[in-house]
Amino acid sequence: MAFLFQGSADLSSWMVRPPPQPLLLSLAAIMSSIISVANLSKTYGSGFKALKNVNLDIKRGEIFALLGPNGAGKTTLISIICGIANPSEGRVLVGGEDIQTSYRKARSLIGLVPQELHTDAFESVWATVSFSRGLFGKPKNPDHIEKVLKALSLWDKKDNKIITLSGGMKRRVMIAKALSHEPQILFLDEPTAGVDVELRKGMWEVVRGLQQSGVTIILTTHYIEEAEEMADRIGVINKGEIVLVEDKTTLMQKLGKKRLTLHLQNKVTALPESLSQYELELCDGGATLVYDYDTQGERTGITSLLGDLRAAGIRFNDLDTTQSSLEDIFVDLVRTS
Amino acid sequence: MNHRAIRAIYLFEMARTWRTLLQSIVSPVVSTSLYFVVFGAAIGSRISEVEGVSYGTFIVPGLIMLSVLTQSIANASFGIYFPKFTGTIYEILSAPISYFEIVLGYVGAAATKSIILGLIILATAGLFVPLHIQHPVWMLAFLVLTAVTFSLFGFIIGIWADGFEKLQMIPMLVVTPLTFLGGSFYSIDMLPPTWRTVALLNPVVYLISGFRWSFYEIADVSVSVSIGMTLAFLVICLVVIWWIFRTGYRLKN
Repeated sequence: MAFLFQGSADLSSWMVRPPPQPLLLSLAAIMSSIISVANLSKTYGSGFKALKNVNLDIKRGEIFALLGPNGAGKTTLISIICGIANPSEGRVLVGGEDIQTSYRKARSLIGLVPQELHTDAFESVWATVSFSRGLFGKPKNPDHIEKVLKALSLWDKKDNKIITLSGGMKRRVMIAKALSHEPQILFLDEPTAGVDVELRKGMWEVVRGLQQSGVTIILTTHYIEEAEEMADRIGVINKGEIVLVEDKTTLMQKLGKKRLTLHLQNKVTALPESLSQYELELCDGGATLVYDYDTQGERTGITSLLGDLRAAGIRFNDLDTTQSSLEDIFVDLVRTS
Repeated sequence: MNHRAIRAIYLFEMARTWRTLLQSIVSPVVSTSLYFVVFGAAIGSRISEVEGVSYGTFIVPGLIMLSVLTQSIANASFGIYFPKFTGTIYEILSAPISYFEIVLGYVGAAATKSIILGLIILATAGLFVPLHIQHPVWMLAFLVLTAVTFSLFGFIIGIWADGFEKLQMIPMLVVTPLTFLGGSFYSIDMLPPTWRTVALLNPVVYLISGFRWSFYEIADVSVSVSIGMTLAFLVICLVVIWWIFRTGYRLKN
């Protein structure tokens, strides 16, 4: 299915870049936040607090993944930034513009791909994408629409009614609509939900192409591997609060645990008291011994463990180590927050 | 002002009309023609002139208003309700467009369709009865004012409705009866005095009366009162829409 996205490499050539600026200013712009959320809260009419004093900065040009379980407040946060929901308290700046007092400038920078497949069933692909461009106040530009549709492998479907398209194609139509007005920021709310693995990878290519063209991307996802694969930074939201925002690699180094697995020469039914401090786990009916350790700890305890094992007369044939995934980290964070 | 956005919404809505030509244009024209056959020819032939105008000719303004009112409400309410129903409203709400511009796009398209329809029905009526319009400019002014006002009313219904039943409820249970009782097919002077007083509480009476005056210079109430009442309803609709967008009623959480 990857061929569907063969045009994505061209994305960098058509996205609108900010006008050339002196180097210092450009560097400053790169370092600055393109979205700044301050003390944002949202309480629904029912009294449910969907967001509680959220503070968040999105850096220009990054891919930011917002993770959180169902009902954590991801979509509410996106909806407020994009103008679909009203905040109860707090302030949001997009490109330095207040989303309420300067909503035209703020919104014109944003493209939104919502979670649900909201489309005009009886419109053609070309008409609906062109409509989106007009809605954002941009003059007609058939060349741009053509490039977007080709990049998303929708060109041969441009005259088809949306109702006739598959789910994956409809998802790409939604992305095309969001890109029709050449946004600087793209929100992807669960972009690959219900999309098969190959198509998902194709979409990742598209997203990378957009980032290369200077577009800032904020994506929410349930697929941890998607965040692991795509994101520069990761934010975790739970029960309406930002639990953590961290550079992905730093996060995985900081919170990642490693696991040492020892394959024993002879099965062991019980471990001697001298090994109790290591909190070892016997698996495979006593054939494997598992030891979890913190990579950031002062001492991993591996050397002393191996010494104590020898002293206890427990020998092994082989060993391997594995790093905990982002999913493990995420589950830990949500459980403890 | 985001002219391109207004244009995009307007053309999108107008495109829906051409896509559903049978439902949008042909159907109201056919039903109005049937009214002419039944009321104008069959029953009308047994009714003497009304204030110096043959009955078939007399009912023309009322029939046009009947269609303009109902179609303005139907077009505008469906126009804004459907994006809410399908979820595509997210795009309108997240676009750099003001509430005024949103209303201008949707109501402008709904009113345009109604005006076109009104003029088509007028032309159709010309095939059945002789027509002479005394004040064509005022006729057009009443037509436009009514189409805009009731498109605004339809827009409010479309925002308020949270299901197809509610979308149909006000037009079916309120507007159609008011239109039939508003003097479409008769002069309210033909009613007994008590019912005449009751009829004056019906805002549609003023619309039809003013519109009929522009055709034949005959009216149930004075023209200035007709204009005043229509403008008053227009202002009420505008205030309600302003409140809807200010509070985000049924649009934003």
